Formats: sequence, structure tokens, C-alpha cells
Amino acid sequence: MSDALLEVRGLQKFFPITHGFFQRVVGHVRAVDGVDFTLKEGETLGLVGESGCGKTTASRCILRAIDPTGGKILYRTKAGKMVDLATLSQGELLPLRAEIQMIFQDPFGSLNPRMTLLDNVGEPLLVNGMKNRRERADRVAELLRLVGLRPEFMHRFPHAFSGGQRQRIGIARALATNPRLVVADEPVSALDVSIQAQVLNLLLELQARFKLTFLFVAHDLSVVRHISDRIAVMYVGQLVELAPTGEIFRQPQHPYTAALMRAVPAADPRVRTADGILGGEVPSPAAPPSGCYFHPRCRHATERCRTEAPALREVAPGHFSRCHFAGEMKF
Amino acid sequence: MSEPLLSVRDLRVSFTMDEGLVRAVDGTSFDVLPGQVLGVVGESGCGKSVTMRAVLQLVEKPGRITSGSIRFRRRDSTESIDLARLAPRGAEMRDIRGAEIALIPQEPMAAFSPVHTVGDQIIEAILLHGHRWQEKGRKLTRAEARDITIGLFRDVGISMPEQRVDAYSWQLSGGLRQRAMIAMALSCKPRLLIADEPTTAIDVTTQAQVLALLRDLQARYNTAIIFITHDLGVIAQMASYVVVMYLGRVMEEGPVDEIFHAPKHPYTKALLRSIPSLYGQTRVALPVISGALPHPFNRPPGCPFHPRCPDAMPRCSAAVPSLQPVGPTQLASCFLHHDIAEPS
Repeated sequence: MSDALLEVRGLQKFFPITHGFFQRVVGHVRAVDGVDFTLKEGETLGLVGESGCGKTTASRCILRAIDPTGGKILYRTKAGKMVDLATLSQGELLPLRAEIQMIFQDPFGSLNPRMTLLDNVGEPLLVNGMKNRRERADRVAELLRLVGLRPEFMHRFPHAFSGGQRQRIGIARALATNPRLVVADEPVSALDVSIQAQVLNLLLELQARFKLTFLFVAHDLSVVRHISDRIAVMYVGQLVELAPTGEIFRQPQHPYTAALMRAVPAADPRVRTADGILGGEVPSPAAPPSGCYFHPRCRHATERCRTEAPALREVAPGHFSRCHFAGEMKF
Repeated sequence: MSEPLLSVRDLRVSFTMDEGLVRAVDGTSFDVLPGQVLGVVGESGCGKSVTMRAVLQLVEKPGRITSGSIRFRRRDSTESIDLARLAPRGAEMRDIRGAEIALIPQEPMAAFSPVHTVGDQIIEAILLHGHRWQEKGRKLTRAEARDITIGLFRDVGISMPEQRVDAYSWQLSGGLRQRAMIAMALSCKPRLLIADEPTTAIDVTTQAQVLALLRDLQARYNTAIIFITHDLGVIAQMASYVVVMYLGRVMEEGPVDEIFHAPKHPYTKALLRSIPSLYGQTRVALPVISGALPHPFNRPPGCPFHPRCPDAMPRCSAAVPSLQPVGPTQLASCFLHHDIAEPS
């Protein structure tokens, strides 16, 4: 695809499990083991899954906050060149850091409490070579205005702001260097319901204005559905389904996706969402089950699912599923 | 209509801080009927957790119940007593706490001691309130309490209960830990269960399991449950009656269907509109509640919601609307629907 901004192929990240005095490696936690997706310029891909499914690890690999064990992360730079972020050295990554930014989950932990907003938001400008303080202050004022905060606030410290305002500050910082790709890791899950909607609206507005590409990592399906063009579902380190938002909700092609959707309590007392509860628990990524990782909890599982691991395949145009029976069965 | 099990009237709880007085709960009233599931919904700082701590007399210093009554009908008693008048550490309160009113806290990881097995902690509670399980005055033995605990574990759907009794809380997964917490809360057959955001810290598929379990246990034992959450979906699925709180006051209350399909208060309406649904249009601006939650030291005068209310009138900043009937079954504190103010 020519308009791909990011292409992730077979991404893997294993963490060693060590034991004893000599830190002998006795096994691996396969935190991310098989994630493939393409991100087009200007779109939002929602990455969902339950805690421990590897969605945060996968997003951190893309930022190269941690080094992936295997796979390719192809990124098209501003100059139009395709590079593999997975193998670049730190020095080669440096000029690309400005193009890929992150919005963090915790608005209380992600801002330095000893720095004013000017220094917090201005830090990425400083490390990217904007040495003049006056120039930086102007840019920070512009950024604060952009996220709906008053520029006068820039001399205050983070403690003076509420959770929603801090999240806006975090967004301003992420936008400081005019990024093209923004990885947002649970950006609204720490916020109150009435504030959540404000931040979601802000993200949509900024995306339209600056043609940003979002990788939106979250666990709340209704939030992800609201903001994403396409949705990728992860389970025990693997991508199990990827499809356009409307389609994945209308016709999920993986039993896990279907179960996940049924588990969301509907905000309407007239709709009862009790049937089809998923039993059992998420297996450990250190010792995943044989065959399809989902088979012990799947009500459609057959002998084949227990022995043969399904591959991610395209079951309809743009709709990928990692299930032997995708396309044949209604989940 | 049956007599309420718990009846809270004009409860006020405040915290004296160096910077000033925080009125966390500012005139809250509601009733819980026997066997009812009451949903309490509100954003952070609305006083929902503090209200419930006040019911259990667990408000920590510098917090204090300044006025109001919390009338509770004890088992085998027709007269209700005022919990707010009882000494927090007195024998009667300790007898009620755990045995008649139990709490499921939000964070099961923090609620269990990591150096005792979960079984030991539940056995301790059963032995403390042992007379609930014994007809006569005979003391319960530890072995009997252990058998009761294993039975409870089986009831709440913990597999291999004989082994899990001897597990430490950190050896259990989030879902199992929350189930063990529910087993502990049920251990003394309480008549009222307070569940403070019991599923906020766990994943959505596990949440569905825990909600189904609570619904099942409620039907089986006919325990009244106060279900506190900020998740409107959970409220819609669990509660039969809903109380909506904002900044320490009840904004609106009524049967769940009316709250969701015929809300009267502007805050309830705005809250319902601002959540992205699983059916609505995607990638469009959501209707928002403008502004932010006010700082606790900075409570707005009059109706607490008026600075953010789209329908605010001059009167709203001058007087506090009281909670009044606005329909056959619904109550709201809003001057749009009545003009009775709180006495100042």
C-alpha cells in the first residue's frame, strides 16, 4: 500500500524469566507474539484488549521505548523514505523522534511536578533544537491555546490543574514537535465521564486540523468505537482480529471479539446483556495454551483448535481474523 | 411499600483541612428497601464513597459527620437505630459492621492483607461474628469456620476451594481476588452489602462474570445492595433504583428505567448524553458538559451544578434547590421542576 504511514509485520517482544543467583533464563513471557497491521496516514487505529494482552508493550515497541525481539516496524518518514524502526540505532532514531509522539494514560504521573507548563510542554522543543526561550514561550502559548487552555497558565505548575486539564497539557506536549504519528495509550481512562467526552472531542478536532495519525490504545470498547476508523483486537500477545469499526461491531469474525462486545454493559436498562458470558481466565503469556490461544474459553472450539494454531488471514476485504472458522460461523 | 432497611436523611460530612473546610457530603438523603439494588452514580468527588463510609462509621480524620441521621433497622428488630449517633469504635457499631452491613471495596489487592492467607482473613471475620452461624451460644470452632469458608468459596464460583483457601491474595488473579472479597463480605450473611466500585479495577470480561455473580447471589439471599459506580452501563444492568450524586448532593433519584429514559435533572441528562454508546454514530463530536468539576475548596454557591448547567437561571446561584418529587416515582433537586429551596 502506498499510503501506509506505518506497517507492522510479525512484531514480537519476549521478556526473559530469570531464576536463581546467576539469573539463568528459564523461559520467556511472550508479551507480544504476532502483531501485524498497517496504519494509513490520517486514520485512527484502535488497539483493544484486556490487561496483559500486550497492547501497551506493542505500542512501546513502535515508539522504540523498548526494543522488539523480532518483526519489522516500517515507517514512512517525512522525506518519503521507508525505514525499519525496529533495527535503527538510537542515533538514527533521533531525528524521527519528533515525528512520533506519545500521550500517556496517567495525567498525574506523566508531567514533571517541579517544572512549569512552559518547561513541561517546551521540553520536546528544547531537545529538538529550539534554544531561544522567548521563541519557545510563544510556541507553548500557541499549543496551550490549541488544547483549550489559557496561555497565562504556562508559568504555573502541574499540581494546580485538574485531571482533565493535565491530560490537555500532555496532549499539548505531544503536539509540540508537529508529529505525524501519535500513540495514545489509554488517554481517557483515568478521566471522569464528563471530562472524557471533552478530551475525545479535542483529539478528533486536532486530528482533523493537523492530519494526525493515531494509534489509540484502550480497553473501553465504546470509547475505541467512537474514535477509531479501524479496530485491532489483541489476546495474549497476538492480534486476533482487525477490521473497520462498523464492520467489526456488526459482524465480528473472532469469538473473542464477540465475547468482548457482549461483556460491555449496555447503558440502557431495557437492554439486558447477561447472556454469553465468557468463562475462565486469560492464560498467562509465559505458558500459552496449545493451538489457538483462545480455545480453552471458546464455546465453538473443536479438536483442530486444540492442536493447530490459526494464522491471521483476510476473511473479507480489509477484515482479518485469527480463527479457523472465521467466515464460516456467526459468533 | 415495605419499611426501608436504611434511611439516610440530610447527611453532612466535612473534612477540616489546613486550607479550609471541604464539605464532601452536603445534605444527602436516600432510602434502601430490603432486597433492593440501589445504584449510586457520580463522578469523582461527588461524595458517593464518603457517604458509604459514613454509613459504616468509617470516615477517617479529619473527616466528621456534622449532621443528619442514618437510620438502620437491625435484624430481629422493628425499631431502627441511628448509626450516626453510635460510637465508631463502640461494641454495637462493631457488631453491625461486617455482620449486618458489609463492604466490598474497590481495590481487592489493597483490601486483603498480603501476609495472611485469604482463608485466614475470612475465618477471622466468621469467628468474630460467629453467633450468626450458631443457633445457641456455643462458640464456633476454627475447623467449622474453615468449612464455612470453603462453602462460601464454592458459592462465589472459585474453583478448587480447598486449595484456594490457603492461598495468599497476591497468588490470585484479579477476578478470583474479587470473588474472594465477595465471599468475605457475604461470610456473615449481611442484610446490606455496600459495593464500592467493585468492578472498576478489573477487565470487562471478568467484570461481566462478577456482575452476574452478584446478581445471582442477590436473588438467592435477597440481600440489599448499594452499588456505587461511575459506569452508567453497570448501573443500567445492575440497579433497580438509581441515585445520581454531584458534589455531595443528590441531584436526582428514581427507578432505573426513568433515570435512563426520562431523566429530569440537567446533570443526569448531560451525563447520559456524554458517554459514547456502542450504537451511536462514530467520530463525531460528543455532547459535553462544559467546564470542569469545581475544586472542593471552591464550592459554587446555590445549586452545585449551576456553573456547568445549560439551563441555569439567576435563582440557581442564589439558593440551593431541595430534593422534591417531580413525578410519581422520581425526585430531583432542580428549580426547573419545582421551586422549593433548602432552608438557608
